[in-house]
Amino acid sequence: MLLISNIVDGLSLGSIYALIALGYTMVYGIAKMLNFAHGDIIMVGGYAAFIAMATSWCPIWLALVITVTICTVLGVVIEKLAYRPLRSSPPLAVLITAIGVSYLLQNIALLTQSATPRMFTSIVDGMPPFLQVFKGRGAVFFSENPYKAEGVKSDLTISMETFLAIIVSVIIMVALTLFINKTKAGKAMLACSEDRGAAQLMGINVNATITLTFAIGSALAAVAAILMCSSYPLLTPYTGSMPGIKAFVAAVFGGIGSIPGAMVGGVLLGVIEILSKAYISTQLSDAIVFLVLIIVLVVRPTGIMGKKINEKV
Amino acid sequence: MNKLLKRSVAAAAAAAMVLSFTGCKKSGDSGKLVIGGIGPITGEAAQYGIAVKNGMELAAEEINANGGINGMTIEIAFEDDQADPEKGMNAYNSLKDKGMKLLVGTVTSGSCAAVSELAAKDGMFLLTPSGSAVNCITAGDNCFRMCFTDPNQGAIAADYIADNLSAKKIGVIYQNDEDYSTGIFNGFKEEAAKKGLDIVAETTFTKDSATDFSQQVKQVANSGAELLFLPFYYTQAALVLQEAQKQGLDIPVFGGDGLDGLIGVLKDKVDVADGVYVMSPYASTSPEAKSAAFTKAYQDKFPNVEVNQFAADGYDCIYAVKKALENADVKDASISAKDLGDKLKAAMLEIEFDGVTGKTKWASDGEPQKAPKVLQIVVADGKGSYKVL
Repeated sequence: MLLISNIVDGLSLGSIYALIALGYTMVYGIAKMLNFAHGDIIMVGGYAAFIAMATSWCPIWLALVITVTICTVLGVVIEKLAYRPLRSSPPLAVLITAIGVSYLLQNIALLTQSATPRMFTSIVDGMPPFLQVFKGRGAVFFSENPYKAEGVKSDLTISMETFLAIIVSVIIMVALTLFINKTKAGKAMLACSEDRGAAQLMGINVNATITLTFAIGSALAAVAAILMCSSYPLLTPYTGSMPGIKAFVAAVFGGIGSIPGAMVGGVLLGVIEILSKAYISTQLSDAIVFLVLIIVLVVRPTGIMGKKINEKV
Repeated sequence: MNKLLKRSVAAAAAAAMVLSFTGCKKSGDSGKLVIGGIGPITGEAAQYGIAVKNGMELAAEEINANGGINGMTIEIAFEDDQADPEKGMNAYNSLKDKGMKLLVGTVTSGSCAAVSELAAKDGMFLLTPSGSAVNCITAGDNCFRMCFTDPNQGAIAADYIADNLSAKKIGVIYQNDEDYSTGIFNGFKEEAAKKGLDIVAETTFTKDSATDFSQQVKQVANSGAELLFLPFYYTQAALVLQEAQKQGLDIPVFGGDGLDGLIGVLKDKVDVADGVYVMSPYASTSPEAKSAAFTKAYQDKFPNVEVNQFAADGYDCIYAVKKALENADVKDASISAKDLGDKLKAAMLEIEFDGVTGKTKWASDGEPQKAPKVLQIVVADGKGSYKVL
């Protein structure tokens, strides 16, 4: 029973990583750049949602719309100002710029929102709808549990946040895959990712396509922001940075550029992290996570679901 | 046109430089004592540095308004170190250039240990408001401290729990990449063994994994602990308490001074903090007169900033310095930093100081001798406040 409960905790953390990793992998797959500011766009989204929800007139759905809009605009603006001028520069220059943008966003947030942490109010409450026959906080499957000390009421709980994070990341994964493979704009993205020069010669507007990629990536960041802050409700100017890095690891783990890979990588990373905390040591959990990553990359350098791309000669 | 503009800008710049030089000269003559401060104003620990700086400025303003110290007015020169030892050392050197005569700082332990080496070499008087690691003030006899050391705080916590609470089995979550947290925990562990307390669960997290606490709380719950000891800062503690409530873990929670701030950060979720013990020399909502007066003055001056123990430490440091300066009878602000340091380190051992963070004397190793205060958070009608135990 404890194992199932631990796996649920792992899924909860992993689905958040997966959501963020989807944004990372999307931008990497198309624009071939690591947008290290992705985690900080999430932070901005968190503050946008927090401020919108703190006002009395703003219902939750409107707060969501506002957050998605702000993040999308921010992503497009960052791409225009910081990344587009470097389109033909070496990848390292773009990477450093992305790190610069990340620090810029953190410090702007620090200046305008101060370092005081905020408690985010979850957008959802209680338990998933199909489990509502059970009483208590979250969905309780078992009321008695021999492993627990006295005073502990329940064992297995699935909060609405976890449920939502998993469902939303699956929906986004499917929608993104369909969008890229079935629509014209999506196919243009694929073409850009394969050969930018050839795509341009075929009449594809490369700049517009990459802008669209950033718009979608940042909108995903907004969704991730709301779900992450609902599950782990502490909001500071640095909220996005560590989950961002872990999600980047998840994206590499799953095979960067692969959309289902980001999902698989994120969930696996979360589950491994929680299980190593539970059964090995809370002190060593991060070391174990990265050890697994190294082993996977040694065996499969392109990640679990990454495609092997032959270098063009 | 362009040339003319350039020239006039150059002229203006030159004039500004001359003016600023004369400004410097004047302030030296009128007996202005420059007190340096170092702490993180930006970066992840910014809230602590900002609080100390505000507290120092509030005290300086009050002192100057009441005629200064022995006829000298004081000026606070505060430099940002982003809690980084290297930046702290640079800040120290730049403050010396600005005419600093004594240092109240630094705010964070890591940086303080580095800066105190420099201060000891120069004979510069150093009083750290909040650097709580043991090695913050071991560099020289001119280094003093306002707050408790971490191991000391852990030991006091173990004593208090053993003497006043019924719990014998303790579950601990601590942050093992933070000196503050491991310091308290080690002190606690040592004293707990002597007092017959049994640590049944010992779990950790790091700065990088401080989002998900489900496993730590679960392990504490499964261990049958009767009390949860949380020696770290309130931001993470807020998450731990919410996780504990989610999992239905209902045992008393005890924490160090890092937990002051819980009420502010939890806002409408404050009910999860009901009954939490906080060992803090100062609490913003403490009913005690001295604390209450400070809280009010601080909130009037800085309406948008949370007041916390760091602000109180900064405030107390300036008043302690005032008391020491009066005791040493220093009247001339042009005294060299080294001479001032020699006078102050003798004076610090003689004075007895009664501040916002409690009554204290200093021992020759620079450590404050003060009694701990244990407060308990009480929640009524969705509002949290402290009860003094």
